[in-house]
Amino acid sequence: MIGYFTALQSAEVLAELAETNPNLVLLSQDLGAVGSFTARFPDRHFDLGITEQNLVGVAAGLAHAGLLPVVLAMAPFLSMRGFEQIRTDCAYNRNNVKFLAPFAGLEAGAWGATHHAIEDIALLRVIPGMMVLSPADPNETARAVRAALAIDGPVYIRIGGLMPIDGYDAPFRIGEVVTLRDGRDLTIIATGPSVAAALAAHDALRADGIGARVLNVHTIKPLERGVITTAARETGRLLTVEEHSIIGGLGGAVAEMLSEIGVGRLLTVA
Amino acid sequence: MRDTPDLDALARRAARLRRHVLTVAATGPAHVGGAMSAAELMAALFFRWLRLDGVAQPDHFILSKGHTVHILHACLVERGMIDAAELRTCGMPGSRLAGHPTRRAPGVEFATGSLGHGLSVGMGIALAEQLRRRDTRTVVLMGDGELQEGTVWEAALAAPRFGLEHLLAIVDYNRFQACGSVDAIIPLDPLADKWRAFRWNVHEIDGHDLGAILGALETVPAARGPSVIIAHTVKGKGVPSIEGTTAAHYAVLGDADIAQAIAGLGADT
Repeated sequence: MIGYFTALQSAEVLAELAETNPNLVLLSQDLGAVGSFTARFPDRHFDLGITEQNLVGVAAGLAHAGLLPVVLAMAPFLSMRGFEQIRTDCAYNRNNVKFLAPFAGLEAGAWGATHHAIEDIALLRVIPGMMVLSPADPNETARAVRAALAIDGPVYIRIGGLMPIDGYDAPFRIGEVVTLRDGRDLTIIATGPSVAAALAAHDALRADGIGARVLNVHTIKPLERGVITTAARETGRLLTVEEHSIIGGLGGAVAEMLSEIGVGRLLTVA
Repeated sequence: MRDTPDLDALARRAARLRRHVLTVAATGPAHVGGAMSAAELMAALFFRWLRLDGVAQPDHFILSKGHTVHILHACLVERGMIDAAELRTCGMPGSRLAGHPTRRAPGVEFATGSLGHGLSVGMGIALAEQLRRRDTRTVVLMGDGELQEGTVWEAALAAPRFGLEHLLAIVDYNRFQACGSVDAIIPLDPLADKWRAFRWNVHEIDGHDLGAILGALETVPAARGPSVIIAHTVKGKGVPSIEGTTAAHYAVLGDADIAQAIAGLGADT
């Protein structure tokens, strides 16, 4: 549920932006009141019930008519059931819809595999024109939402079970890879909730005298090339970590990039 | 309410739309059947009811049954947005006209093709217009086979909850889908009862009767909720060699078929 609370927290950003942008509307699927947005803008929050395909199709129509819809829906269902509407009605038709997707990765835990989203990066990443964000902590999620709302075009924001990362307040610029820790022996490339695990690994390795660089990939698509290329050249060894299938996920994306760059050795963990 | 010359003019327009579809069909296999069955519906929408030109906020039209794109392209010709000669390029490399609506073609509002998407999109458009307190109309034209897609019913269930008096769905009920009759594959009847149960304002008409079409259109917006017109039509209407058959869906027409159809359209086309 942590990720859902993170989404609710970032909805406060939506409420703030909605004050000055009358086109901003919120769509959700049987998720009740969404932060203070619902109370402040009752006419601009549409609960479309237990539905993904209609939810996304309606969002595409709203965007087509000039509004700025934000869809709040659970990552496994939104990405799999809503996939074709995201691809065809939003991306192909160039409609400016933002997706906030909590319960990404394994956050649903013991609820079971039906509620896990370990394919959503792969699914969303392959869609032409789609941006995929995967913030590392609650505050970065709020910054990601703000950045996504500021650009034209569909954006999927994946929200896992995120815990605050102490002292992390780097400005969020879509398309950047953030270097959180420096190191010369290997590079840990992480995204979402795995970034906190990568930082813990950095500390543990340092105790053993191993310098691990830690990169936060908050933008999975478009994937920044420079920082990863430099890390491959300088540390040789790279390790990707994510709550997602390696196939098509961060591991796959980095592997695709490294095969083009032609340097570095990659190990993937999921 | 309507005089005969008015209906005659629309009938001639429908004939010209059919003539344009035949132009495409003469170049190769095409989704002729569902284009021809919708000619009167499209004539009434594009040349009478929809307010598209000279208005600040044009009405909206989504061709949810995207494979029948040729009747939409025919309307674009009649509206003067594309040249009739361009129809012959449909589907060819570099052409703006494809086998389904794309936004490369001027006047195509939304790219469709995967069935069952249009009503949700139309609902979103209508919701946006309602939120802005405009009386802009949104029309979604669907095929009957398309109603086998579950998403149609997700949207049908949801739309009345939001009012949406200016949303109009039209079902071109020509009774055939790609590989057989709708009744033989997955029947829809009682179709009007289904829409009524979903709390839509339902009109069931002869989809080739222009007077009936205009009469149904005049009831929109209803006092409450979205409306649907179930238009009973003949698949491939106007092409005698394929009318009312499965073969009309994606038809290969010979010169004789086309000549016979053109002769039937009358001299004014």
